Amino acid sequence: MDLKSVTTASLQAPAKGNGTHAPVVAKVVANAVNVYYGEKHALKEVSVEIPPRSVMSFIGPSGCGKSTFLRCINRMNDTIPICRVTGRITIDGLDIYDPSLDVVQLRARVGMVFQKPNPFPKSIFENVAYGPRIHGSAQSKANLEEIVVSSLKKAGLFDEVKDRLNDTGTGLSGGQQQRLCIARAIAVGPEIILMDEPCSALDPIATARIEELIDELRKSFTIIIVTHSMQQAARVSQRTAFFHLGNLVEVGETQTIFTNPKDKRTQDYITGRFG
Amino acid sequence: MTDIPLDRIGVIDTTSAAAKAHVRARYGSEARFKAYGLAAIAFAALFLVVLIADIVFKAVPAFTISSLQLEVPVAGNVVNPNGSSDPIVIGRGDFIKSIREGLYALFPEAAQDRKSRKVIQGLLSNGAADDLRRQVMAKPSLIGTTVATDLLLSDDADLYLKGVSAQRHVVAGTANATASGATGKVTIFTDANVFATELQLIKSVMSRNADELGRQAERASANVADYERQLAAARAAIAAAQAAGDTAAAGTAQSLVTKLETDVASLKAQVFDLTGRAKTFADRFAATGGSENLDPTLPSLLVSINGGIVRATSVGNDRIEGDVLVALTSAATAKAADWSKIVIDTPEASRKITDAEIAILEKLAEKGLVRSSFNWLFFSTGDSREAELAGILSSLVGTIYTMLVTLVLCLPIGVLAAVYLEEFAPRNRFTDLVEVNINNLAAVPSIVFGLLGLAVFINAFGLPVSSPLVGGLVLALLVLPTIIITSRAALKSVPPSIREAALGIGASKQQAVFDHVLPLAMPGVLTGTIIGMAHALGETAPLLMIGMVAFIVDVPQGVTQPATVLPVQIFLWSDLPEVGFQAKTAAAILVLLAFLFTMNGLAIVLRRRFERRW
Repeated sequence: MDLKSVTTASLQAPAKGNGTHAPVVAKVVANAVNVYYGEKHALKEVSVEIPPRSVMSFIGPSGCGKSTFLRCINRMNDTIPICRVTGRITIDGLDIYDPSLDVVQLRARVGMVFQKPNPFPKSIFENVAYGPRIHGSAQSKANLEEIVVSSLKKAGLFDEVKDRLNDTGTGLSGGQQQRLCIARAIAVGPEIILMDEPCSALDPIATARIEELIDELRKSFTIIIVTHSMQQAARVSQRTAFFHLGNLVEVGETQTIFTNPKDKRTQDYITGRFG
Repeated sequence: MTDIPLDRIGVIDTTSAAAKAHVRARYGSEARFKAYGLAAIAFAALFLVVLIADIVFKAVPAFTISSLQLEVPVAGNVVNPNGSSDPIVIGRGDFIKSIREGLYALFPEAAQDRKSRKVIQGLLSNGAADDLRRQVMAKPSLIGTTVATDLLLSDDADLYLKGVSAQRHVVAGTANATASGATGKVTIFTDANVFATELQLIKSVMSRNADELGRQAERASANVADYERQLAAARAAIAAAQAAGDTAAAGTAQSLVTKLETDVASLKAQVFDLTGRAKTFADRFAATGGSENLDPTLPSLLVSINGGIVRATSVGNDRIEGDVLVALTSAATAKAADWSKIVIDTPEASRKITDAEIAILEKLAEKGLVRSSFNWLFFSTGDSREAELAGILSSLVGTIYTMLVTLVLCLPIGVLAAVYLEEFAPRNRFTDLVEVNINNLAAVPSIVFGLLGLAVFINAFGLPVSSPLVGGLVLALLVLPTIIITSRAALKSVPPSIREAALGIGASKQQAVFDHVLPLAMPGVLTGTIIGMAHALGETAPLLMIGMVAFIVDVPQGVTQPATVLPVQIFLWSDLPEVGFQAKTAAAILVLLAFLFTMNGLAIVLRRRFERRW
């Protein structure tokens, strides 16, 4: 089984009944999610539906809870001892906070790209190969190489690094490192990719490349992106959610949110009156 | 300056005198800080250089050894009376006798009487025959032939030749000299005042002796005065008691008086004796010309003439009287360049080697038989009661075994404990308690671990006493807290983004820690391990408790055999009175330091290999 079949298999399985004529079934459904950091109530009663194979962006001022919510979707908040999550989040109808669910398998299905590029201090090849290796998704060495190459190609990095796959990943430029991180996430064959301000540490040219890449990846993955840049949200996402002080204020088509927001707070934010 | 807007507050006028002074003060303070730092480093470096130089200087004699190169007849009836062909039986033969025979042949006259034979024997080490025995055991056909062999000299002879135990200088004669005979008591006459400098030297020593005796006499007289005061007080007490009719008190006072009277009498005799001796020395120093009798408290003067050696018993400006120690070949007149004076500043009474032994040694050296070579023996044997035979191999091997046991135990346990505590353990009262106790353990005096080892490993578990196994276990306990603390610090310093990256692509916590966090923490972990091991390497106190302070001659063959370690060996040697062991102590310190540097070097290499940049 090569990478292509891995990804297509995992992508098509949940797409049952998701034909062109049927109503779109949400990939991720959050229902009354509350997050507490100790005493602090960081996220309040958030309910949202995220459709498959599209880009959803979360915007809002600093500390509004958008990153917190993003990290609930692959349960990265579990690593914070004082963090407590209530409510229900399902992916394809499956409750991800179900005690019987293996969080490692969940994270293989829900990849994540972080704010600061964080490649492992290993070779470029090893960076991408690590995921397939720990999940045992490569049958042979040749197969593993194939997965690495196709992941790098999908992340638009292969042509730049094909001659130096054994060089260390930390020696790349910031933008290349971030694309390496995306390739690393893709190599595991996820259905959803979470991106936590992936361009905030990059220059405009690298940002543009990442944005192009996101647009490309949308065809195969469900992407959820947290961003501080409203232009970026407008450029890359189909749907946008606006968070404010732990509340999900408004969610809808990006077009609508930016041109005709219903809520006053959304309007104030996108017109730059606060935030 | 006038165009500065008024609303700007706190503007600094950089041209004002105050601002300039401020800048100057800042530069000054920075320069001073730099100077203090440099001074501190220079001071530390100076101490290091002095320390190392002192040790190296003291250790140098231990790295060479003196031996005699001699042709020795190996007679079959001496070494192999039964005519056996078994090398082990041959090895038990009397090789000492063979080498003595070889040596006596060089001094036929001296070999005549028992006393001089003893002197010659005294120069050889107990291990002098080892080389010959090895040669003959390896090749039994040598029996019946004459074999060239290295005879190890005794510690005292060795130190004399190195100039450690006695100050000596050899001066060539400056005028013709004639001995009155070839053996027994002789007088050597010269044409000029050849011995004036030696006479002067002896007189100056006498003057010093007179001063020293005078001081001793003064101290003794001060004591006498003190005792006499007490005596007067006691007598007054008797009188008072008798007047009061208290017979008991008078009795005790009387006994005190009797005791004091004897003390005073003996002290007075001592003072008299000391003053008398001081006066004699002073008089002899003051008298010019004439001749002086030598005794063992004065420097020795040997004269090497006509193939023999004469020890002066009396020195005059132009002649000496003395005993022949090595027979002269003739009583002919020797030309100025053909004879020499050997002056040994250290008096015979203050050194272990006698004038007679020195005479024989000087003769052997003159014949070119004494050879100084690198002391391989020091690195190839265990401890010995004889300084010249003592080596560090047994303690070095003991150290290696002990360190191996320590490393094998504490590296995996320490690192895994650190990983668990830092990455997996829940934060609660119990783990807090564990953490506090680990920090406390790091500060526990090392001897306490030795007591624990004695009680638990030896008494309860019955492990062998003085074995590297128990030593290693005890040192592992000692080092564990250090390794855990430093490993935790290293793990903590790995950026959390690496953990997130691994978890984000679906690595389990264990995979994230062992695949990414631990490798990145490895340089720090290794640094901590080396600090701990270096600490363990120099540790003596806990090993004393578990019996590793033993006198170990054999090189240990495993971790359960009795052994000692380098620091304990240094401790043992430093305690011994023989001068030869002082050099061995310094040399063993150098070996310990070399061991430490090798270990640290290895750690740096490993660290470089593990280090990754990001």
